[in-house]
This record gives sequence, C-alpha cells and structure tokens, in this order.
Amino acid sequence: MPSPLPPAFSAWFASRGWSARPHQLALLEEARAGRSTLLVAPTGAGKTLAGFLPSLVELTERGSEREGLHTLYISPLKALAVDIARNLDMPIAEMGLPIKVETRTGDTSAAKRTRQMERPPDILLTTPEQLALLVSHRDAEPFFASLRRIVLDELHALVTSKRGDLLSLDLARLRTLAPQVSAVGLSATVREPADLQRFLGGTQTPAGLVTVTGGAKPRIGILQTASRLPLAGHTTGHAMGEIYKAIGRHKLTLVFVNTRMQAEFAFQALWSINDDNLPIALHHGSLDVAQRRKVEAAMAAGKLKAVVCTATLDLGIDWGDVDLVVNIGAPKGASRLMQRIGRSNHRMDEPSQALLVPSNRFELLECKAALDAVAEAAQDTAEPRIGALDVLAQHVLGVACSDGFQAGALYEEVRTASPYAGLTRADFDAVVNFVATGGYALRSYERFAKLRQDKAGLWRASHARVIQQYRMNVGTIVESTMLKVRLGRARAAKPGQPSRITSGGRMLGEIEEYFAETMTPGDTFVFAGEVLRFEGISGNEAICSRAPPGTDPKIPSYNGGKFPLSTFLAARVRAMLANPREWAALPEEVSSWLHAQRLKSRLPKPGELLVETFPRGGKFYLVAYPFEGRLAHQTLGMLLTRRLERGRMRPLGFVCNDYGIAVWGLGDMTAAIAGGRLSLAELFAQDMLGDDLEAWLAESALMKRTFRSCAVIAGLIERRFPGQEKSGRQVTMSTDLVYDVLRRHEPEHVLLKAARADAATGLLDIQRLGQMLTRISGHIVHQPLDHVSPLSVSVMLEIGREAVYGEAADEILAEAEAMLIEEAMA
Amino acid sequence: MTLVAGSWLAQSGTVQTQGSTPAFMLGRLALVPDLSGALWLPDERTLVVADLHLEKGSAYAARGVFLPPYDSAATLAALAAAILRHAPARVIALGDSFHDIHAESRIAPGNLATLRQLQQGRDWLWITGNHDREIGPAMGGETVAGIEISGVALRHEPDRDEAGFEIAGHLHPAAKVRMRGRALRRRCFALSPRRCIMPAMGAYAGGLNLRDAAFRPLFLEGLSAHLLGDGRLFRIDERLLLAD
Repeated sequence: MPSPLPPAFSAWFASRGWSARPHQLALLEEARAGRSTLLVAPTGAGKTLAGFLPSLVELTERGSEREGLHTLYISPLKALAVDIARNLDMPIAEMGLPIKVETRTGDTSAAKRTRQMERPPDILLTTPEQLALLVSHRDAEPFFASLRRIVLDELHALVTSKRGDLLSLDLARLRTLAPQVSAVGLSATVREPADLQRFLGGTQTPAGLVTVTGGAKPRIGILQTASRLPLAGHTTGHAMGEIYKAIGRHKLTLVFVNTRMQAEFAFQALWSINDDNLPIALHHGSLDVAQRRKVEAAMAAGKLKAVVCTATLDLGIDWGDVDLVVNIGAPKGASRLMQRIGRSNHRMDEPSQALLVPSNRFELLECKAALDAVAEAAQDTAEPRIGALDVLAQHVLGVACSDGFQAGALYEEVRTASPYAGLTRADFDAVVNFVATGGYALRSYERFAKLRQDKAGLWRASHARVIQQYRMNVGTIVESTMLKVRLGRARAAKPGQPSRITSGGRMLGEIEEYFAETMTPGDTFVFAGEVLRFEGISGNEAICSRAPPGTDPKIPSYNGGKFPLSTFLAARVRAMLANPREWAALPEEVSSWLHAQRLKSRLPKPGELLVETFPRGGKFYLVAYPFEGRLAHQTLGMLLTRRLERGRMRPLGFVCNDYGIAVWGLGDMTAAIAGGRLSLAELFAQDMLGDDLEAWLAESALMKRTFRSCAVIAGLIERRFPGQEKSGRQVTMSTDLVYDVLRRHEPEHVLLKAARADAATGLLDIQRLGQMLTRISGHIVHQPLDHVSPLSVSVMLEIGREAVYGEAADEILAEAEAMLIEEAMA
Repeated sequence: MTLVAGSWLAQSGTVQTQGSTPAFMLGRLALVPDLSGALWLPDERTLVVADLHLEKGSAYAARGVFLPPYDSAATLAALAAAILRHAPARVIALGDSFHDIHAESRIAPGNLATLRQLQQGRDWLWITGNHDREIGPAMGGETVAGIEISGVALRHEPDRDEAGFEIAGHLHPAAKVRMRGRALRRRCFALSPRRCIMPAMGAYAGGLNLRDAAFRPLFLEGLSAHLLGDGRLFRIDERLLLAD
C-alpha cells in the first residue's frame, strides 16, 4: 500500500524514528474526503500533530501559490495558541515546508492585524473571542473564502460555557462563509462524544469520530495521612509535611488546589517547613501577570521543584517535565481530576502519577468516589448546553456589523449550531429586536435603533459607533469586579474620624471585590505568599501593609470551591454511604465515623434524604444531606428559611457545604414535626421552586450578579476597562437598578429570560435543586436527636467559617440600628 | 412614640416626634424623612424631592445603550405615592429633576401628563441643578435657583460655606453596613444639626457612598445616616458605615 504521506513527511517521521500513528492517518483520510472529525485521545497521543497533519500535507501539495487563509486553529487559551505555534515551527522548519503560521491574540499589534487581513498566513492560531471579531469584520467574506480547515483544541473544555455558545455560532457562520470547510476537534475522553460531534460539524452534518484508546493507566493514590483527618475545614494543614516529602522525591510537582485562598495557604504552609529550601512557586489567576509569566518560564526551564496552582494550569500547556500531580481537597468532578492528572508525564506510554489529599472526612469519600470513577474511565462531563440568548444577541450584532443578514437565513444558520438547535423563531426575533432597539414592549427607542433593515430587508448596523461598541464588548467572560492589591498604610487619625490611607506602594495582584467586602481594616490574610494586613479600600485598590513577621493570618471566610461537586460524584458518594460493605476500603477513622453515625443517628439508604433535628445551645437545628453541591444547597437554604419563617419556626440562619445544609432557629422543629405542625414533605416540596423562588429572586444578590453578566454579554451595558470608568462598583449599582425596573415592568423581557436560564444552571443551580426535590419526594427520613450527630458535625463546623445567610435586608439593618441604641442605653 | 437615642441628636435635644415618625429639626424647621426618599416638612405642608433624573434611560438610549424605558414612569409612580400620602400644598424638586436639558423632547406623552396632573392643585417649584440648568415651560411649575424656608436654604448642590441651615441633593448619598458577613448598600439621608443631604429619588440614579471624600467637609461635626430599608427607615451609627 502506498503511504498516504508525501515523501517529505515520511522521511521526516523516519528521521525521528517515528511512524505516523493510525489515528493521525485516519484524520488525514477524513480530511481528504472533506469530512469533519472529532479525535478523542488521551494526553500524549500526538493529538496536536494529528490535528494539523492534514493541513500541512495539503499546503505542501498545493505548493507555494498563495490562496489566502487555509487553516484556522482555535484554543481556549491565548498561551496555548502561542505554545502550539512554537510546536508547529519545528516540523515546518525541518521539512522546509512553504507554510506560514501566525498567531492573532489580544496581544497582536494593530499593524500586524491589519496586515493579516490583507495578506493572511496559511495557518492562523487564535482564540474564540478573536474569531468572533474576525467573523464580524467587514471583510470577513473574502477573508474566509479560502478557508479549508478548522482545528479546535481542548474542545471538551470549550463547549461547557458561554464561550462554547459563541464559538458554535461562529462555526455556523464559517460554514456559511466557506461551505467547503471541515473541522477537526481535539478532545480528552468524554462521556458523550456525540454531543461534541454535533457541535463540531453542526446539527445538519455531525462530525465523524476517531477514538484512541489505551495509554498507560494513571497511578493515583489517596494520601494515607499519619495525622488525624479533620471532620471539616479545607486547608489540609494536617498533610503538608507529607506533601512536602512527596515533592522532595519528584522532579517537578504540580500541587492543584480549588481556590486562590487554598493556594495561598498551601504555599505558605509548604514554605514554613521548607528546610531544604526547595524552589516552590505559586501560580493563580489573581497574581500579577508578570509574576505568572516568570513562574511559567522558570517551570519550562526546569528551575522549579513544585508549583502550587489553581485551575489556571488545568489546560494543556506543557510548562515542564511534571512527574507528580498532587490534588489538594476534593476533586469535585472525575473529568476535572483526569485533566489535572494528565498534566504529569505527558507521554502516552508512561503512567501519570497523582496523589489525592482530602482535607476532611467528607472529602475523603469524594476522593474515593473519584478514584473509582477514574479506574472505570467514567466521565462526568456536563450536559450539553442550551445556547444562551445573551450570547446570541452579541453574535447577531456581530453579523450585522459585517455584511448584514436576512433574519430568516440567519435563523436557519444559527440553528445548525448545536446549542441553538432548539431555538424558536420567536426567541430569535426577540433577540434581534433586543439588539435593534432594546426589544421593549414600549417601543420608544425606534429612533435610536442600532440595527436597521435596508430596502432588501437586510439588517445592518446603523452607525459606525455601533460597530465600535460591538468590538469593545466582544466575548463572554465577565470578570467579577476586581480590586488591585497595593501596598500602603493607614495613617492614624483623630478618634472618630476615618483614618487616611496612603497608597503608592507596589502592586501585588488582584482580589475579588466581594472578598475585600468581607474584611475589616486590621484583618490579616495571605496573598501572593505573604501575610498582609488589610488597611482599607481606596478607589479601585485594596490597600494593604505587610503584617509583622510571625503574624497568624486570620482568613475571614473560606470562599468555598469554585466548582460544586458534580452530580455524578455525588451519586457515588451517596451510594458509598449507604453501603457499609464499601467502608472497609476506607481509612479506619472514616469508617468508624460512619459506624458511629449509624449507631447514634442513621445513614440514608440510596435515594433517601436524611433530615436530622436536634437542640443545641438554646437553638434548634435542622441538618439535611442532599449532596448536591454548595450552589444548589445555598439556594435550598434561602428557600427553606423562607418557608420555616412562614411556619413560625423563627429561623435565624443557615450554612452549607457541598454535602449538606444546616438551618437553625428559635422554634423547636423536632416538637413541631412530632406535633404535626411542621411537615418535612411540605417543607421540601417541589412547589418551593414556584412563588418562593420568584420572591427570593427579586432581591437575590446572586441573581443580580447573573443579570449583570447577561447584560454585559448581550451588549446592554458596556464593558468597562481599567481607567475608562470611575469604578466598577458604580456599574454593579446601576445594573441592579436596571434589574429592579425591568423585573417590575417587563418580566418577560428576553434579557430576564436569559438571566433565569443562567440561574438555573449557574450560581443558583436551580435545575439541580429541582432534580433533587423530585428525587427525594416521598423518600425523606427524619431522625430526631438529642444532640449533634457525627455526620452533622462536619456541616456544623462550617458555622463561623462560611457567611451565614438567611436574614432579610431589614433584619440586618435593624440589627445595625440596635447596636447604636444598645450603646446609648449602656 | 418612638424614641430615637443617639449621640448628637439626643444631646442637642433636637428630637421631636410627629405621630409615630420621628422628626428632626434644622433650626426651626421640622423635617420628616420619608421611606420613598422624599422629605416632608409638616409645618409647611411641603414635600421636597431630590435628583429625580427623569429621562435618564432615554438619554442613554440616544447613545445606543438601551436601558429599559420605564425609569421615568417608575420615578413618577414613587413621587405620586409620596404625594398621595402627604397631600402637600407645595412640592419642591431639589434639582437634577431631568437628566438633561433635552429631556422634554424625549419624555413620553403619558409620563408628561402624569407629571402635569401631579402639579394640579398645588405649588410646584423646580430648583435647577447641574443636569437641568434650564427647564422648559412644558414641564409646568416655576423654576428657581434656590429658596429659603424658615431660615433653611434649599438648593441643589450643598454649599460647604453655608453658615446657616441647608437642605440639598446632588450627591446621591448611599451607605453601606455589614452584619453577619452580609453587606447592604442603601440610599440614605445624611443628617447633621445644620444640614440634610437627601437621597436621589430617580429609578436610575446611583448612589455615592457616605465615606466618599465629597461628604467630609459638609459633616465635620459628624452625621447620622438614615437608610431606606424595605419597610422603614433605619438610623445607623456613623461608626458602622463602610466604604465601598
């Protein structure tokens, strides 16, 4: 059989002692037939080369005549695009191929962008946001006319967010602009490849599938700590010595944690025992960019022994020869764990090494569940998304900025994007109206329209300013308002006067505004590896000073996990709890904890929801264990306290974690349940997602945050840039006002519809709560107790760590007011 | 009777009560802050409102930012409710009643009619502000730069050199408190024995934190903040107020 590879390629493979792998040749064949293909392969299988091989071969066969852009590569990370460019340079240079590769990111100069539009490279590497800008360009049609191939990297990571929605719409556009184009998607193992195939090829022509199996099984262990595993908490302080030893035994260790604060804590703790002065660095999204680049360079140069990092290093850039991955805390999802583990030993034939370090007993159960899942190669990839309407609004404006559109034709095109397959014409028209004039029932903005129809019925941007606005606002990532952390001091002032803050020191990085809000001047916290004393906020900056050496940081609030426990892992943990035979595989202290629970209270059977009630310290507690993740529990807590309030149980507050929720109040819930005055079935009835939810959404800060993000993405509110606007906080304020007004006057508006859809799966996780309420309906078991149960301790210990929810605004204000009166009476 | 205790108010003995609502004295003038953000002057049968910013939504729309076009209706509804509650003989709008001088060309006929109807049977005084230096005759009422009532100056922008008593708007005071890990930010009245800065009433009017430097020279002897809650006003000690 003749080789499908041109001689130069065969020679190149041979010169390196390689031969083309079967999946690489399979992709070549699919591409030659003009078919889109999804490649699912483990790390180290040569995915990138497989993705580009058809383009390289075609460009080589075409020879040196320039025909414009041939291949477009899209990656979720700017840095990954740059990394790939470097990797492509090698075969191209060694084979002497006549191929020009360039990147186009936010960092590309205006001159280079202009030049790229006029004389495109053969292969352009870019990100989804830059693609959106290209597609909305007035010359998009000629620019993409020659496009043959699209390569989408880390596709599994791209499709789970609004970025994926935007990307799907731009792919649909590209299929119109370049009908001959075919796409290659590169993905880690996923549960439902069919979803990705539809995303990649479009609903009309789903992509084919090439799967690479095998690869060495990862070697994963759970740290068997010599010290006692805590009942609660997230710092994993007990295991730092053991982690440090593991670092010492390996070349380069990545220590993954779930939040920035855990990263700071772990970094601090490791350095406090770093007797050998190992080069251990810190990497998280809030650190100054220059600082992060330095760490990445040091990793690549082999100068580091370990890096403590957050999700910022989840995705596939190879910064160095990592041979151990440590995951601190619970993995939260089996797929995320696989992704992280894949960071070590980036060769397919060598096993990855990983160590899981649970920080408490519940997390140990979760680690065990994740381990079993990984062993079975089970995945917990999220359900395919239903395309967000705010993203569609952004896209519609983008298309209007390029060549304009016929509504009917664009509607059909949009529906080929798999997230939008079910989009109704009514919703599409509502979105077009929203973009054109705000889409309000009161049609008072016609004269200011951003889109107008020309005589041929083509919708176009009405004004150059509209195009400019669009280009400033493109993208779906809305950062929470960040404050710069700067060194400075508070000057002592006369008593009763606010102290003056002087800044002007070094900038250390950024923190979320809501985190700064929880602090009072004088609080100490760890940031950028130092203990800082919070002095106050000045403008957009959190001013901090260095705390004296030896200061114990007081971390006021553990900021949960960014990712809630996946549904899939939760089900496994519930099953494990219900089955004592599985406990033998657990460490002794965990299994005896569960035995004690069975003895003193009870353990829920599969499908049951256990609710315990007991008195403690003059208050009455209700603790439930839905295992549905922190976000869904938080929403549940808000709704439960409303209902308990109505049931005259006088609830005072609640806390929750990923596993359970504890509500307390002044009313004796055990007695009320026994006396038939309180029904748990009614308390947890599904109708809480009706009026109670609506009433809560009216005032929920989380809902307002969700709305704000939709408003920014949809282009209602302009994105603010540093220095351009006084302060992001005033923006927050004004979108809250807009939310209130819109909700009252036009509750069915398309933007509220978008925000509600987000709330269902996002910060409020209502969808999951709904599924849980259905699941437990008729299966609630109540256990009245005299005191705290072993299981409940782990939830109760969150009190004091987590913010307490449940009070209405007026109660909080009344409490603040009372503080004044108390003082006056004293 | 509600007892309002607290530092300067109690000491200076200026607390009076008006039915169940506490009243405050600026010199000889009694003030009753209203939950709507309006200020009721019972002895004058006068309702004072500040910073309505009517047609702010449409001003943004003209620049391509399509905020929901219901702000004027919402603001007028709040104003109408306050008027219904107090049946004032006179309404004084403390400036920035309109978001810009072209508001007249954009206001919906229905909203204009509502406004004109509210003016029926009472005096209506527009004090000009920095956003509405001119107010057209179509808006009804009488336009002035400021007015004095019982020795108290009513003006749009507070005058830090005012030696007497003053009621002003312009700054849109808001205050933030934190209790049990939750922060709340609400519009508020800022009061001292000499001065009252009123909250903005406009549906789209944002708020400026009382900790902002702009308030400092106006309240050198301290202030008390009266936050607009959901069901009533809350008086919060200055020391509990947070910066943003």
